[in-house]
Amino acid sequence: MEKILVGLKRVVDYNVRVRVKSDGSGVETDGVKMSINPFDEIALEEALRIRERGEAAEVIVISMGSSDAQQQLRTGLAMGADRAILVETPEGIDPLSRARALLKIIERESPDLVLLGKQAIDDDNNQTGQMLAALWGRPQATFASKIGTAGDTATVTREVDAGLETIEIDLPAVITTDLRLNEPRYVKLPDIMKAKKKPLDTLSVEDLSIDPAPVLEETAYAPPEQRARGIMVDDVAGLVAALKDKGLI
Amino acid sequence: MAKVLLVAEHDGDTLNPSTAKCARCAADIESAEIHVAVFAEEPSAVAAQAAALDGVAKVLTVANAANARPLAAVMAPQLVELAADYDYVLGPSTTFGKDLMPRVAALLGVNQISDIMSVEGPLTFKRPIYAGNAIVTVTAPADSKLVATVRTASYSAVASGDSAPVESVDVEAEIPGHTRFVELQTGSSDRPDLQTAARVVSGGRALASSENFDIIYKLADTMGAGVGASRAAVDAGYVPNEMQVGQTGKIIAPDLYLAIGISGAIQHLTGIKDAGTIVAINKDEEAPIFEVADIGLVGDLFNVVPELTEALS
Ligand SMILES: Cc1cc2nc3c(=O)[nH]c(=O)nc-3n(C[C@H](O)[C@H](O)[C@H](O)COP(=O)(O)OP(=O)(O)OC[C@H]3O[C@@H](n4cnc5c(N)ncnc54)[C@H](O)[C@@H]3O)c2cc1C
Ligand SMILES: Nc1ncnc2c1ncn2[C@@H]1O[C@H](COP(=O)(O)O)[C@@H](O)[C@H]1O
Repeated sequence: MEKILVGLKRVVDYNVRVRVKSDGSGVETDGVKMSINPFDEIALEEALRIRERGEAAEVIVISMGSSDAQQQLRTGLAMGADRAILVETPEGIDPLSRARALLKIIERESPDLVLLGKQAIDDDNNQTGQMLAALWGRPQATFASKIGTAGDTATVTREVDAGLETIEIDLPAVITTDLRLNEPRYVKLPDIMKAKKKPLDTLSVEDLSIDPAPVLEETAYAPPEQRARGIMVDDVAGLVAALKDKGLI
Repeated sequence: MAKVLLVAEHDGDTLNPSTAKCARCAADIESAEIHVAVFAEEPSAVAAQAAALDGVAKVLTVANAANARPLAAVMAPQLVELAADYDYVLGPSTTFGKDLMPRVAALLGVNQISDIMSVEGPLTFKRPIYAGNAIVTVTAPADSKLVATVRTASYSAVASGDSAPVESVDVEAEIPGHTRFVELQTGSSDRPDLQTAARVVSGGRALASSENFDIIYKLADTMGAGVGASRAAVDAGYVPNEMQVGQTGKIIAPDLYLAIGISGAIQHLTGIKDAGTIVAINKDEEAPIFEVADIGLVGDLFNVVPELTEALS
């Protein structure tokens, strides 16, 4: 395999407890810690391992978003990616347009494998990989917990509701990662220095001339209904009594 | 009239309850006429179950050996062909629907609404974002098809008892050969299914081994409950992945949920916020799980759980 393309989305770090702005106009993202989407870190780790096994020559990371996403791309380069592409887009570009933009990059780069996360933990959409595979007319293997490559095919184990499903797909293809695929490596300081010299190309989404997609309008944001703190019981007898009280046993 | 097509989820023999939950959501769309599409090798048994769902006006079956397994790349072009006659195309936000529906949306040239939790108008819906920390209202454009997944934990299943007509249809869509099913490993169990069980007992990292998880199974069996787990317990290999509850596992809404030795991380809570009653057993009185528990008990699970099992049997 020649090239693997990996999507890295810049998202609010998973440890941040996100709050809705008091006027309901969005969520509070000012000053909060931003990171690589955790699933994308796993995707990159997997790409690096495939390259380190000698089964791929080059790993390219790509992010779509504001110029701030350079930070996440630099982290990706420090983890070991060979080069990076930033596609500058307006705030909140929709998943279909993202998939169309990725397809344009695929047309330029001809990767053998595209590795994305199964979902971005901000919008929780879980769409981009499937959409990209559809537009590309290629196989998809979503929610991967194990990936093996052999020549022109990949064998992927997927975490599905019923258990573990294994499928075989022809390459090129899109694979999206689940959490148990691997544990991403830590970035070491010397790698951060080295990463500064690696190439990072910037394009604007207009350069890619993608068709405009029908966009879903987000009209209001609200906090979820809160569950109230209930009662504490002292012992098992108290628990059984409380359950009886509620008619649950 | 709004023409709604639901894609049936099934295992070849039995309709998954997620379809009856989607039917409940579809019925909230103003003047909906609901049809169900069944893709299978031999669809008749599943079609009969779908035809029985309240509110379903018609069932379309597409019989094809290629449809023996639910491969998104195989099903999507067929579903797109059927979608020509519909305004809405809905699937469940189970791993089946999450895999398939965005592929369909992209082929139809539209964005997808993921995880509908309520229908607010013909084109307006609510859905959770940021692991359920915010609920956003989205409105789809009027002049395109609407493709969406339904957050099944937000809906109860419609009843069964009707009998809608079943129509076999031929589709011309070219079926790709680039994606091939190899195998499905399922932990076969006689316990109630996690996603539909009225009671669920879940264990966390505190169980510390798969042997120790036995006390969770014993309690669950005493209560007739399904069994779940936190991600930490799955990652550590105490239980298989299909038992994970949470943002990236299963989103469930049992009447009664017992969280045992689970701290209550936001990603876990996302999976249980629609539960009727949450019981937490944890030795740390500061554990965040107690902030959402209806009944909390501070104690060592290795004493409490056997005692509770005893008290309930
Ligand atoms: C992108 C992402 C997605 C995630 N998705 C999920 C998901 O879907 N589901 C999920 O569950 N997690 C998910 N997580 C992980 C989540 O953040 C937590 O790490 C995980 O839920 C912790 O599991 P736990 O509560 O079992 O373990 P811990 O947090 O370690 O908690 C163990 C608890 O057991 C208690 N305890 C220890 N010993 C005893 C004893 N003897 N008796 C009683 N209590 C005891 C402790 O006090 C503690 O509260 C996700 C994380 C990320 C980053
Ligand atoms: N703006 C983006 N830049 C790079 N990759 C992205 C972007 N948005 C989505 N992706 C990729 O698509 C995956 C699924 O995202 P989503 O469909 O938004 O849940 C993510 O895990 C990323 O790998």
